[in-house]
Amino acid sequence: MKSASFDYIRPDTLDAVCACLASHPDARIIAGGQSLVPMLAMRLARPSLVIDIAHIDGLSAIRDDDSAVVIGAMVRQAKALSDLLVATHLPLLAKALTHVGHPPTRARGTVGGSLVHADPSAEIPLVAVTLGASLRMRDAGEDVEFHAEEFFIGPMLTMTPPTACLFEISFAKPTCAYVGTGFHEVAARRSDYALAAAAAHIEADDAGVVQDLRLAIGGISDFPQRLPIDIHIDLSAGMADLGTSLTTAIDAALDDVDIVEDMHASASYRRRVAAELARRAVDDALREIAQDLS
Amino acid sequence: MNITIDINGKDVTAAIEPRVTLLDFVRDVAGLKGTHAGCEHGVCGACTVLLDGEAVRSCLILAAQAEGSQITTIEAVDGTTRQPGELSIIQDAFCESHGLQCGYCTPGMVLAAKTLLQHNPTPSREQVRDAISGNICRCTGYVQIIDAIMLAAERLQGRNQPADGA
Ligand code: FES
Ligand code: FES
Repeated sequence: MKSASFDYIRPDTLDAVCACLASHPDARIIAGGQSLVPMLAMRLARPSLVIDIAHIDGLSAIRDDDSAVVIGAMVRQAKALSDLLVATHLPLLAKALTHVGHPPTRARGTVGGSLVHADPSAEIPLVAVTLGASLRMRDAGEDVEFHAEEFFIGPMLTMTPPTACLFEISFAKPTCAYVGTGFHEVAARRSDYALAAAAAHIEADDAGVVQDLRLAIGGISDFPQRLPIDIHIDLSAGMADLGTSLTTAIDAALDDVDIVEDMHASASYRRRVAAELARRAVDDALREIAQDLS
Repeated sequence: MNITIDINGKDVTAAIEPRVTLLDFVRDVAGLKGTHAGCEHGVCGACTVLLDGEAVRSCLILAAQAEGSQITTIEAVDGTTRQPGELSIIQDAFCESHGLQCGYCTPGMVLAAKTLLQHNPTPSREQVRDAISGNICRCTGYVQIIDAIMLAAERLQGRNQPADGA
């Protein structure tokens, strides 16, 4: 398991990265390397040039941008997991990060790397889609921005232009008084790829009426997807009894998802599990709000 | 390319190919064979070393990426103050709890335990399981490894007494 030969370069500006990508169309960017290095070792990737972005200033910070939390592309997953801004404003991301790999890979793996790698079962892309994050890239001397929901187009396929480099990801802060989140996944073993995963982020106003319910699933299709759920939920009198309305809505939304099948799990298993995980994620989120209200 | 890495407090310099991983650098350039090569693609944890004090997989880091960081391998798990052959408290606990059989996974397990106990001196068994969830052991069945880390946690808090209190 040794990778093929490649050249290695450590530029100190984003524009230099773009220039390297332009001159070496098969070059690969390395951030934490927790996805790329295994691919190099198995020779699934054989770039002629590896571009290390760890020495570019300013990519490793998490900053408060009034209405958003902005995470630099080189921020390690472990750092995001222990960050106060993330814990305060992006509880769903904090929850999901505990499912990403395990402590030694989180110490190196980056938030941005996981997004551009775009593994269909990865947790961070699922959270980005749920929360409607924006991915900001540098390309040919200009900044370009992609909305997470339009960014993922297939397994390990994204809209990233060939010469672009991600530099930060912006997550909007919640706007309502109450926020609840839920994250669930099923994997063959701890830290393994999810066979199915679901994330929910719900916001309710002062009166306890749900104003924003965002639910998305991952691991069951080529990329994470939102499940539109349109039901009126009032938590003013405590945890609402939704009867079958939620499961019916999830089921209807899953009809529009192209569910994959492989040697690890059949499509019908994935659908069944995703439906249940989605229900639990919404349930957790609603319970959190109901608890805060009481 | 020329690479210099601080391994166990000593600068090791060599001219290497960019594709050389930190694992190969530690084993073949620095000659420290305590760090084991298992899967070499990030699945087993046998290659665990500490990078700036945190457990990482050395097979998933290019040696070039590690330049400027401090690497600690199992050979220096407890600093360099001990005599050659003398075990650290965590290693001792592994021996006493039968936390190893063939020993292939052990350096990785010990270093994963060390990172955990630095962050959390009084972990629960569940937290120990989480900390070693990325390390595969094909011998012990893990139960004694968890026992060993719990014992080490207790001893590192200064209660290193013989079991009979003598
Ligand atoms: S050898 Fe590095 S994880 Fe297996
Ligand atoms: S003791 Fe043999 S692999 Fe763990």
